[in-house]
Amino acid sequence: MELTVVKERKNKQAEERSEKNVVYRTKNLNLWYGEHHALKNIDLDIYENEVTAIIGPSGCGKSTYIKTLNRMIELVPGVRTSGEITYRGRNIFDKSYRVEELRTQVGMVFQKPNPFPKSIYDNVAYGPRIHGIRDKKILDEIVEKSLRGAAIWDEVKDRLHTNAYGLSGGQQQRLCIARCLAIEPDVILMDEPTSALDPISTLKVEELVQELKKNYSIIIVTHNMQQAARISDKTAFFLNGEVIEYSDTDKLFSNPDDKRTEDYITGRFG
Amino acid sequence: MAVREKFDDDLQTLRDQLLQLGSLAEIALTQSFEALKTKNNDLALQVLENDTKIDLLDEEINDFAILLIAKQQPVAIDLRRIIVAIKIATDVERMADFAVNIAKSAIRIGEQPFVISLNKLEKMHDIAVNMLSLTLKAYYEEDVVAAKKVADMDDEVDRLYGETIRELLERTKAHPDAMAQITQLSFTARYIERIADHATNIAENVFYLVKGKHYDLND
Repeated sequence: MELTVVKERKNKQAEERSEKNVVYRTKNLNLWYGEHHALKNIDLDIYENEVTAIIGPSGCGKSTYIKTLNRMIELVPGVRTSGEITYRGRNIFDKSYRVEELRTQVGMVFQKPNPFPKSIYDNVAYGPRIHGIRDKKILDEIVEKSLRGAAIWDEVKDRLHTNAYGLSGGQQQRLCIARCLAIEPDVILMDEPTSALDPISTLKVEELVQELKKNYSIIIVTHNMQQAARISDKTAFFLNGEVIEYSDTDKLFSNPDDKRTEDYITGRFG
Repeated sequence: MAVREKFDDDLQTLRDQLLQLGSLAEIALTQSFEALKTKNNDLALQVLENDTKIDLLDEEINDFAILLIAKQQPVAIDLRRIIVAIKIATDVERMADFAVNIAKSAIRIGEQPFVISLNKLEKMHDIAVNMLSLTLKAYYEEDVVAAKKVADMDDEVDRLYGETIRELLERTKAHPDAMAQITQLSFTARYIERIADHATNIAENVFYLVKGKHYDLND
């Protein structure tokens, strides 16, 4: 049957992307936890100023992958990797690449908000102080800018010196994002950043992610598929350590190529 | 894969409701032409009356579809299944409205003998009704090959429509007194031609449902 599609949707994002820079390039990455082959031949390009969502069922390797991007995975005993991940053109597994240097560029936000048992101010100023900034005026500026950037300034500006534990879960998570912004990273990794939050706090963080992508590249692992559909530009579907499908979020959630992706996003995955 | 069983059941209900709407429209179309052909006023009035049921079922399908979207937040093929059901219901409801129009023409023509043979109109009508039933089968079975065949049938309807209109125009000279009837028959020809177009729309929606892309089968 010969038929032509009349209105094949113009892939605008793809056109724009061809001009965008690659932040992370993963080539044939394999990872083992002892005998367990957790990541298999991963090839993935992450682009600048985009939100890249990683979805997949538990145990599919999505958290492992995101933790490989800032080499946190090295903390797990018995981990072996092969293949290559380049960040801005440099192989992050290279012996000469200092992990501290990488993590200054790549911030991370975790599933559960994990503020330090310190004041709101000291939480945000922690990173800059480690980097040797002592000037109170400069620190004040960084703290305000970071808290504003994380859309929490108005809520905490009058209680900067109270303990961060007094904040609600959603506020704590935005504080952790502010703490991450304080070191002016290039990339922000988010590992299920809203799974411990209520729906309103979740939406606030989602709005924030949309705002942050203007200045940062964001990679977010999420169990919430609607969230991936709402906030990301690209989505990668992981299954059993493999990338099954990686494409524009609009495409992946409306007309995925792979049956397994379709089964997963429509909730038929048993 | 026994996940989302309830949702799958609901989608099946939606499909079944749409098929029911289709068969009601099919009956309306058959009855309306029968009323015209046999000058049966009562049958024509019945078509008018039954249209309320069709409108209600169309609304019910729409409400149910919207509820499913709100509750299930469907994506990909699931979302297309629901959206396509809404669109097809609208086409079918529109076809039933044409049946009402044909029935009204039958009433307006009344007892006056026909100035032309209704053979061509009847043939057109049979094809159009057949298109409706085949296209709904294609929808139900998500069968694009069958959908394409239905769309191809539209050419014959268009050809017969052209011939019928020419023939009716010819008759205006010989029967200047029958202008009202000729107008009603021309309208009827137009209604039937439109019914076939709506069947083609449904066929296109079957393509969209299965392939996730828009195809124009009306060329």
